[in-house]
Amino acid sequence: MTEFWNRFSCNRQAVLGLIILGCVIFLASIANLIYPNDPFLYSRFPLSGPGENGFLLGSDSIGRDVAAGIAHGAKTSLLIGLIATIAAVFIGVIFGALAGYYGGLVDDILMRVTEVFQTIPSFIFAILLVAIMKPSIESVVIAITVVSWPAVARLVRGEFLALKNREFVQACHTLGMGDLRIMLAEILPNCLSPIIVIGSLMVATAILVESGLAFLGLGDPNVMSWGFIISDGRSMLRVAWWICTFPGIAILITVLAINLVGEGLNDALNPRLRERN
Amino acid sequence: MTDKLLKISDLDISLPEGSERNLAVENLTVDLSPGETLCIVGESGSGKSLTARALMGLLPAPHVRISKGKIEFCGEDLTKASDPRMRQIRGSEISMIFQEPMTALNPVMTIGVQIDEIFRFHVKMSQRERRLRAIELLEDVKLPDPEQIVAAYPHELSGGQRQRAMIAMALALEPKILIADEPTTALDVTTQAKILKLISDMQAIHKSGVLFITHDFGVVADIADRVAVMQYGRIVETGSVDKVLNKPEHRYTRALIASVPSLVPRAPRTRSDKIVLSTESIQKRFGGGKSFFGMGKPNRFVHAVKDVTLDLRSGETLGVVGESGSGKSTLARCIIRLMDSDSGKIMLDGVNICNLNRADMRPWRAKIQMVFQDPFASLNPRVKVGEIISQGPMIQGADRQTAQTRARELLEIVGLDVRAFNRYPHEFSGGQRQRIGIARALALDPEILMADEPVSALDVSIQAQILKLLDEIRERMNLSMVFITHDLRVAAQVCDRLAVMRYGEIVETGATREVFDAPQHSYTRELLAAVPGQKWDRQLAN
Repeated sequence: MTEFWNRFSCNRQAVLGLIILGCVIFLASIANLIYPNDPFLYSRFPLSGPGENGFLLGSDSIGRDVAAGIAHGAKTSLLIGLIATIAAVFIGVIFGALAGYYGGLVDDILMRVTEVFQTIPSFIFAILLVAIMKPSIESVVIAITVVSWPAVARLVRGEFLALKNREFVQACHTLGMGDLRIMLAEILPNCLSPIIVIGSLMVATAILVESGLAFLGLGDPNVMSWGFIISDGRSMLRVAWWICTFPGIAILITVLAINLVGEGLNDALNPRLRERN
Repeated sequence: MTDKLLKISDLDISLPEGSERNLAVENLTVDLSPGETLCIVGESGSGKSLTARALMGLLPAPHVRISKGKIEFCGEDLTKASDPRMRQIRGSEISMIFQEPMTALNPVMTIGVQIDEIFRFHVKMSQRERRLRAIELLEDVKLPDPEQIVAAYPHELSGGQRQRAMIAMALALEPKILIADEPTTALDVTTQAKILKLISDMQAIHKSGVLFITHDFGVVADIADRVAVMQYGRIVETGSVDKVLNKPEHRYTRALIASVPSLVPRAPRTRSDKIVLSTESIQKRFGGGKSFFGMGKPNRFVHAVKDVTLDLRSGETLGVVGESGSGKSTLARCIIRLMDSDSGKIMLDGVNICNLNRADMRPWRAKIQMVFQDPFASLNPRVKVGEIISQGPMIQGADRQTAQTRARELLEIVGLDVRAFNRYPHEFSGGQRQRIGIARALALDPEILMADEPVSALDVSIQAQILKLLDEIRERMNLSMVFITHDLRVAAQVCDRLAVMRYGEIVETGATREVFDAPQHSYTRELLAAVPGQKWDRQLAN
């Protein structure tokens, strides 16, 4: 573990990403403390600029505090990103592991199913899914999960295909070990690194998709999110630039930070790099 | 001879900080005359390949670099040569043959184009001339049908043909020095013999100096004029081939030579007539490419195992020998039920285990265990050694306590420290890992051990230790063993009986001594004749 941390901290960008991500998480966790009021609460001062009337980052067309929106939106974005990714990784690992391990007909069927999902452009598919269900946090999470698991399935299948013929797996067969145990205890731990890396990058994508959906008005109307603020402010971009700009920057920084961390994890976990040491 | 082609003096090659040692090559001094073959012999990690790379200016800079010394090529110091000058020298004056011809050739270019490149870069010739010259070269290295091979891609050729094409490329511009880095290690023994002959023929014609890097003393005995033995980056002994092989002075050289298995078969042991395992006409075919959506006939079949009937007596070691692709590994995997054979019977204790399903097979697993070839691939890198060894008994129903106690005992039996129990496999060397693999197989108290090339990935000195260990435990636990190998030297030292396989069929079986002394089948004779270093063996015997 310390060895892993040493390699990770060699990459300065990754450490920077981790620090930024830590700040965003901190912001999300104290949102209720610094802005105890409902972020949807409007005030008497619409379209105040940053710093005016006690609004740190200004207010929107009906006087809602942009800063409060960003703080509460951080919670939404991170939560949706995380839950959707965990769900997608879970489904993807099951599909990929079964397909890669058993091969043949099982593989054919599972991979054809996966391909059906992959052929539909993911964002349009997500819009379609949310539109069919009612826009709510759950439907957004489901939509993001549905469009992002195939990538994990493909990756895990590839890893399982490569590992199942390795001699250590065959040795387990000669000991009489069962399939489930071979898959879970022998093969899966060996493909954890790429799964962690793809998972971390998927969180960033999920945040983007969620913002996009909210921007199009397909987010949960009762939950504050970054995309929602941008969507709300876009018609006033010329009179009140701050409404769109700050949540936009929040999205940019968060996604960038997660990508940097993902890259750093990739470098630190990359087995080829490790062999060189 | 004063006009040395190559003079390396006091060469140091430094490794990046934090490596196992500071210098990959230390104080290396060696020279090469025209028409001479110098063999650099050493085990893995001795720095012999890096020496070759340094000559070509192909060290993985900036981490690995020459820190001291001179490489004089016809009076010119190559360590100070500019990049353009090095490019000029490479290929035209010094050229190299690599170990693995498949990766050394570009898979998306035809052989013709790759030979053509050399001419384009180094000499002025018309396209027609270049093509004719390429065909001529391929003829020189005795490739059949050069006109066709010029247009072929590397994957369309066999391993031996690819290596011939590589040699043709290396010799295209009549280089003064040819560096051969383990050029026959990836090849079968019969192909190896032909390639070695080709290299020495070519050398006789072109009068080039050959720097031949190898770990195989048999090859050294056959091809070298002079030998340099390397250990930990240093040359420990140099001299004429006769002197180094027959009157070695350095301790290390002596140890290395002593661990080369002799071709004279060991004395046969008394054996029982009880048959513990027998196979009856096992068949295994692999289908060729699957057709689209299962429609139409599947094309091409490979008949990997054809009608194999064998029996293994209690306490004996049966060797299955053959070249790559002969089906010996497939046969082992069929017998141990890692693969299902198409038809035939596998009788173990009077029961046909060929058609048992997984659950019914489980109790039989304990009776027959396997030792794998690659010590780096056969242990799960994420599981601790103790766990790896005790897993088997626990699956078979032993409780954790007993299994772990047994695992500790086994570690001692295979010659490892008990502290290995809580470590991960990557902390061990190849030979130690193979010991762990053996302990895992022994944990179930098997009656039969299936060893699939258990020593072919190991250095010769480690190989000798593992063979000794296998011998000890065979006696101690009264094991019967099926030993699969391509190396007839190893087979001679380990096996009581031999079965020679070719194209999935067993062409000859018999007691090891009889097979070696009076081979019946023409293929067996061919195999035996191709083993390198036979002359040397006879010298040693006298």
